[in-house]
Amino acid sequence: MQHSPALETNTGLDNRKLLMWLFLASECLFFGSLIAAYLLYRDKSVTGPYPEDLFDIPFTSVSAFILLMSSVTMVLALAAIQRGDQHGLRIWLFTTAFLGILFVSGQAFEFTEFNREGLSLSTNLFGTTFFVLTGFHGAHVTVGVLILLSLFVMAQRGRLTQAESLHVELAGLYWHFVDIVWIVIFTLVYLIQP
Amino acid sequence: MTLAEFRGIKPGQAAAPVHRRGAHPGPAEYIKIGLTLAVITAVEVAVYYVDALEDVLVPILIVLSALKFSLVVMWFMHLKFDSRLFSTFFVGGLILVAALFVIVLATLGGALV
Repeated sequence: MQHSPALETNTGLDNRKLLMWLFLASECLFFGSLIAAYLLYRDKSVTGPYPEDLFDIPFTSVSAFILLMSSVTMVLALAAIQRGDQHGLRIWLFTTAFLGILFVSGQAFEFTEFNREGLSLSTNLFGTTFFVLTGFHGAHVTVGVLILLSLFVMAQRGRLTQAESLHVELAGLYWHFVDIVWIVIFTLVYLIQP
Repeated sequence: MTLAEFRGIKPGQAAAPVHRRGAHPGPAEYIKIGLTLAVITAVEVAVYYVDALEDVLVPILIVLSALKFSLVVMWFMHLKFDSRLFSTFFVGGLILVAALFVIVLATLGGALV
């Protein structure tokens, strides 16, 4: 596959990276709106179940820890490709994808448990805002896992070289963003309750 | 005047040297930051279960969360080392979110706690 050489840009920065940061800025507003809606409506439900009846803080803490550690493995994957370490790149990319799958699996388990306890998207305002917020976050993590697995396959086939480290850097920016959104959700949604 | 001219970049000059303010850290630094993040998360969860801290729980949790957020953004996303333009975009997004929070919660009657 032919790659065009880096082009001179108006800003002196790579446009792909600039675009990723603009995208992440827009994603801040997307998740900000969902979090604001959750904070607005979580205690306005007229029927249960309510957050305090359902949240399992030890379980969610482990999920949060897993996602946080996946950020470490992601940045180690970037460091590996930047120094031309293909073996390290493959190991850390796969580990990051695995931790992401673990997180999404935990979320699926949590959703199933909440549903068993009687909470659905249409049960009350807490259910609606909670599932929409955490569901969209889970969808973002799933997309991230697919990107990571694609990069892993490219690396396995020798199509991800040191010169193309920007691909890993962009995937990393997206992944870390998904992680910081969960840092905020974990605190505002799970730990701080009315 | 183009942005490149404003920044003093001459025509034909390569983009790469302008890209970074400093080199990215190495694996050892990343692991140190990772350990710090793990410790902060453990403190967050521990604080949540301490009844004596109930009155100051919200500010403590918000400070710890902001600390984790900053560490990931500055070190793992490299905003501490990359072009300030990236920081400008991202901080711009965060300022808009803060404004959104204030407007929504103040006008529609929501609350953080």
